[in-house]
Amino acid sequence: MKNLLNLTIHELHELLITRKISSQELTSAYLERIREVEPKVGAYITVTEELAMQQAKNADGKLARKEAVTALTGIPLGIKDVLCTKGTKTTCASKILENFIPPYDATVVSRLADAGAVFLGKLNMDEFAMGSSTENSAFHVTKNPWNLSCVPGGSSGGSAASVAARECVASIGTDTGGSIRQPASHCGVVGLKPTYGRVSRFGLIAFASSLDQIGPMTRDVKDCAIMLKAIAGHDQRDSTSVNKEAPDYEAYLNQDLKGIRIGLPKEYFIEGLSADVEKCVKNTTEKLERLGCNTVEISLPHTEYAVATYYIVATSEAASNLSRFDGVKYGFRAEDFSNLLDMYKKTRSHGFGNEVKRRIMLGTYALSSGYYDAFYKKASQMRTLMKQDFSNAFEKCDVILTPVAPTAAFEFGEKASDPLQMYLSDIFTIATNLAGIPGISVPCGFDSRGLPVGAQLMAGHFEETKLLNVSYQLEKELQLSGRFAEI
Amino acid sequence: MAVTKEQVMHVAHLARLEFQENELDGFTQTFNNILDYIAKLEEVNTDGINPTSHVIDVKNVFREDEPSSSLSNEEAMKNAPSSEDGSFVVPRII
Repeated sequence: MKNLLNLTIHELHELLITRKISSQELTSAYLERIREVEPKVGAYITVTEELAMQQAKNADGKLARKEAVTALTGIPLGIKDVLCTKGTKTTCASKILENFIPPYDATVVSRLADAGAVFLGKLNMDEFAMGSSTENSAFHVTKNPWNLSCVPGGSSGGSAASVAARECVASIGTDTGGSIRQPASHCGVVGLKPTYGRVSRFGLIAFASSLDQIGPMTRDVKDCAIMLKAIAGHDQRDSTSVNKEAPDYEAYLNQDLKGIRIGLPKEYFIEGLSADVEKCVKNTTEKLERLGCNTVEISLPHTEYAVATYYIVATSEAASNLSRFDGVKYGFRAEDFSNLLDMYKKTRSHGFGNEVKRRIMLGTYALSSGYYDAFYKKASQMRTLMKQDFSNAFEKCDVILTPVAPTAAFEFGEKASDPLQMYLSDIFTIATNLAGIPGISVPCGFDSRGLPVGAQLMAGHFEETKLLNVSYQLEKELQLSGRFAEI
Repeated sequence: MAVTKEQVMHVAHLARLEFQENELDGFTQTFNNILDYIAKLEEVNTDGINPTSHVIDVKNVFREDEPSSSLSNEEAMKNAPSSEDGSFVVPRII
């Protein structure tokens, strides 16, 4: 048998249902792996060993009785530490929530638990999902398993690194401006940001409510389809989740790609894009053509305004959302204060890290009296224009292909001192969140240092089937899956 | 439109944050760099464009107002930094 740790969800599922392995053996192997490599990688904030073994035991019972068995029964997963898990610490990688134990599960978490999945623990991230390198975690950094001197990307850095380092089979991340796709690209895994409203956000600790979306990070595209099916769908507890049934994504992976039109937006192939990444994306284009797709040049004229627009919308919503952390109902409270106002200020100033404070400040400024029209309203109008850009583009093509990030993973500290440079590393992923469309990062090659590079595919609202179909066949053509970070 | 240190202090007050005197200069500088970058949006004429607040065309969602179970007081208070008799304790305000 191949090394258990290298297998995908669908491969493991075969072994589990034929009782060649048990979930308890599999889970123990993963816990052992975590003990072995975690000191080097730092992907987890909390490892839930006892819970995992209990869930694995329950899964084995179900598998033996052939009772309510799903594709995820007995599969060990990791969850980004921004999703509430009942009885398990949920920190958002922030001091302000260091000891927070949620009294309920996020809908995504309860759906995965109901499907019989096993939870290995909670994964590291940039504090409150604000960042692109996971350097903003209040607890520790996460290292890129392909090269330990490089960042894993962010904000779902732990979710990406854990899959790449084989510390879980697959994971859940969240994406507000690229936080699933950029780390997926940097760590050589598949990462999907679904359409806004496809997956319930109930129990997701909010960063920017009109942009946040939860999605899977996996070893291959088929696993991504399986995970999406498990978490997608309407939820009464999130009124922005759309009442539209989620298709069986796996069933559509083998559709013929002949005649599919791939749009290449000229605004995404610009100065600052590294030659290595450009080469990888060009190679991807050729592979898609070989599969019968036609490529067309398209234009998304407002692309250059996406980052500026995003930093108004996201910070404004964050300033509002994070006002709930005041030291009263949950979380950290400062010790020495003279009155209520002083308690708020000291609690928040000691509890939040620098990047979070910077964004709360920007958002508060943008929403303050007299500035609303110039900032939030202006940015919301820009969103209309960008949404329109995509609608126009999707009249000429079915799927858009772009780089995920301008470069492969960068080194620790390289961008940490200049927030603006860090923001610009999300330049290719932000527009999809502003327009609410789905985007996926699929490994498409390696740069000259041997670090993975991802290609981004985007499609119209609720066109995840199309995205996964193209990605699946592209992945087969590229023959990169099955290559692992040596750690 | 450069933001001054005093304005930054005012925004900090609105956001219920405070900064040390030695952090303020650097912070004001970064703040201005970001605002300069954002000012890029002024290049685009958005007169008459409807703002997007929700990207998917979803109308307001209604449901029947039926009582159902929720968290118990005990569960809701479990994470409170300070509580007494099922209530949150805060410093005296009046």
